[in-house]
Amino acid sequence: MEKLPYERPYIKRLTPGAMNKFGSHSGAQPFKHIDGVQVTNLIAAYGSPLFVLSETQIRRNYRSAYRAFSTRYPKVQFAWSYKTNYLNAVCQIFHSEGSWAEVVSGFEYRKALGNGVAGNKIIFNGPSKSKEDLMLAIENDSLIHIDHLEELNLLITLSENLTDKPRVAIRVNMDTGIFPAWDRFGFNYENGEAWNALTKVVASGKLRLTGLHCHIGTYIQSTSAFGIAATKLADLALRCKTVLDQTIEYLDLGGGFPSMNTLKGAYLPGTDTLPSIDDFAEEICNKLINSDFAPNELPLLILESGRALIDDAGYLLGTVLANKRLADGKRATVVDFGVNILFTSFWYDHQISPAQDFSPHTENMAIYGPLCMNIDVIRENINLPLLNPGDHLVVHKVGAYNMTQWMQFITFRPAVVLIDERQNIHLIKAAETLDYIEENENVPGHLKAK
Amino acid sequence: MKIKKNIATSENGFVFNPATGDSFSGNAMASVILLAMKNGVNTAEIKADILKKYDVSVAQLDRDWEDWIIQLKEANLLELELNHGN
Amino acid sequence: MATRYTGLCIGVTGLNANDNPGPGIAVIRALKAGLGDDIRIVGFAYESLEPGIYMQGLVDKTYQLPYPTAGTGALLERLTYINNQEKLTAIIPNFDAELHNFIIIAPSLLKIGIRTFLPSLAQLQVRDKANLFEFGNKNGLPVPPHYKLFSAADLPHVTEELGFPLVIKGKFYDAYIAVNMDSALKAFKQLEAAWGYPVIAQKYIKGTEINVAALGSGNGSNLSIVPMRKLYITEKGKAWAGVTIEDNALVELADQFAKATQWRGAYELEIIRDAEDQLFIIEINPRFPAWIYLAAAAGQNQPAALIKMSMGENVTPFNSYETGKLFIRHSWDQVVDIAEFQKMSAFGEL
Ligand SMILES: Cc1ncc(COP(=O)(O)O)c(C=O)c1O
Repeated sequence: MEKLPYERPYIKRLTPGAMNKFGSHSGAQPFKHIDGVQVTNLIAAYGSPLFVLSETQIRRNYRSAYRAFSTRYPKVQFAWSYKTNYLNAVCQIFHSEGSWAEVVSGFEYRKALGNGVAGNKIIFNGPSKSKEDLMLAIENDSLIHIDHLEELNLLITLSENLTDKPRVAIRVNMDTGIFPAWDRFGFNYENGEAWNALTKVVASGKLRLTGLHCHIGTYIQSTSAFGIAATKLADLALRCKTVLDQTIEYLDLGGGFPSMNTLKGAYLPGTDTLPSIDDFAEEICNKLINSDFAPNELPLLILESGRALIDDAGYLLGTVLANKRLADGKRATVVDFGVNILFTSFWYDHQISPAQDFSPHTENMAIYGPLCMNIDVIRENINLPLLNPGDHLVVHKVGAYNMTQWMQFITFRPAVVLIDERQNIHLIKAAETLDYIEENENVPGHLKAK
Repeated sequence: MKIKKNIATSENGFVFNPATGDSFSGNAMASVILLAMKNGVNTAEIKADILKKYDVSVAQLDRDWEDWIIQLKEANLLELELNHGN
Repeated sequence: MATRYTGLCIGVTGLNANDNPGPGIAVIRALKAGLGDDIRIVGFAYESLEPGIYMQGLVDKTYQLPYPTAGTGALLERLTYINNQEKLTAIIPNFDAELHNFIIIAPSLLKIGIRTFLPSLAQLQVRDKANLFEFGNKNGLPVPPHYKLFSAADLPHVTEELGFPLVIKGKFYDAYIAVNMDSALKAFKQLEAAWGYPVIAQKYIKGTEINVAALGSGNGSNLSIVPMRKLYITEKGKAWAGVTIEDNALVELADQFAKATQWRGAYELEIIRDAEDQLFIIEINPRFPAWIYLAAAAGQNQPAALIKMSMGENVTPFNSYETGKLFIRHSWDQVVDIAEFQKMSAFGEL
């Protein structure tokens, strides 16, 4: 006799509660495939947890962002922000689409060279560039974005005897009406620091002032902030032309467009409230085109978008380890991925779907990672169907920052696979092993196991 | 394990505890078990019946049964038992 | 007797006729008074104990809606399902928190035959608490000075500017009157935790509280304006009794607002008249107020007019109402069987 499908017995108190900001919708749909590949097969082949990236989605994101700007402005260049996700396979997808590289350390710089990016297509940002890093960047004719006066002075010294002047820009910070203003990077616009730095660059006679850079923050939710940034950079560029007789070749507006994740504590989901890349492009391009540049002298517009281009191309697959009831009767589910590999769960209420069919009953629960730490919370509150140990889960929109900020803590970091446009699966980073982690360790002779 | 005698269950899966005024809604499995408990069927028999009819392992059912009892306690639906045991 | 409105099916939210009432029940009463008792009212509820669900004479059937946090996808899906059962003519949303979503899906609703008469997202934004001061300044509307607070460190400076007492408001809901630094700090901490940034500090204006219910045509004018002076105020700051009054300055304020925003749909101005007879707008709500039935009783049936507008009728602006009409709210214990509550809770329909 065919047995009936079983479901954990479950009763739910019917409580009349006030409407509050933690909605109690279920919203969960089984999510069984990524780009046509079955989630359970991926886990069977590569283990759990597992990061999965969709090449199709990355390319789709890049192309629609490029289209949003290039249909509104004559000269547009994207530079892939390495820190967002610098797995080489990912970088190569962006480079193959035409992206330059945006790096913020000697490590990232050398990674970009290793990926075959021409030196003059590497933008070198950040407050920490060593003398060696700078010499390498000068040799390669890279675009060096100066963050502080010490760096500017060092660059002037290094350029003392050069015949070809290094190409530089300064990073500008400014009030764009958002909070917090990232005023710790670069030179301030409002108090005149930026202008002083520009004057100094030009007066040195050793550097070629090529561009202006700003990166006003990340996950910016208002288009007007970018409008203000564009206007202020344009103003500086025009002043460089009239006062210093320097033509600014490009304006780099940095990254900062939000991905469609929902911020913790946000009332409405990100997908309903956030402006689209088209909205940002409209605002930025309008401001630049309507500024006082002669139409044939519009500078190149560079964008360093990170999270907006990759977040929704990344998934984290995992497995339910255990169910618990907490002291107050609330359900908790323990899963095999923690905040050590899903860093962004500190900022986002990540959407999580079961990877298999389920019954219509849902329960409000907390989702905890496997670490022995109280802060290892993936979701404090989420309504999900009843889950059993061994069930699989899919966390959505995890492509940005997790695969660079993950921590090796208590356990190994998992593998990353890429699904290409033909639905072939490629292991682009193997899971860590004990040997790999201990490779650089050294135990002094007297402490060695006998 | 006994369910309180005056608990009202309906075929829709509703449970009303007239002593406390609490209402609950349960899934199909909960309804089946509640009905059996109300009819005085003992734990071992209920479990055996479920294992016979439903696609579930002994280990899983035992695990879920513990959680079920916690839910019933939490919901105040269990008869207080003076002599421990079934 | 059948009229052209017979059989219209109108969806209404805000059935929470409790001590901090939503406008739904008042809107429904006005609709029945204006369009006839033979229209069908479909209630939309978020919670199983919203009293309107159980008021059979007023609400023919109620469906639960997903919370606004579930997003527009879930809302549209649910309304499509409901529309398949009910063939809705129009919907009047009555909660601030749900408007954003309803505005976004309005074009999709129209495609399945459901009309709305709502402001645009941009209009919704300009009157938002956080933008009200800038909006008022730009358009010459009297708004008490306010500051946006992002950290407790902003408080000393702000309290110096505004003085005590001052009003500390959450980004979405809640407001406290702070009488000293300690209470200001406490309010800030609570509101920051509950609603995030910015927390808003507004100058406290002492005076008479007046509300104006109005209906904007969408092209810069008002179809109806009815001012009401609050006579009795509950601990939550809600009017428990109020009376229609006449004052041209109030009407002018509303006209100025409609002109500045091209407001489309219902709205309410919360106003304070200070001792020098100066008016201040302290908040603008993007929907009908809970006392809207008073406006209908005084001669300007705004909900009925809104439905007519949504159906493309030419509605002539109202030009008079009765002053001295008084409303006194009262509570009433509805008695139902527990089974009804269980059904609503579990199935989301009743
Ligand atoms: C200089 C610079 N550019 C670009 C980015 C990418 O930012 P986002 O991911 O917000 O687009 C960052 C990230 O912090 C950055 O620091």
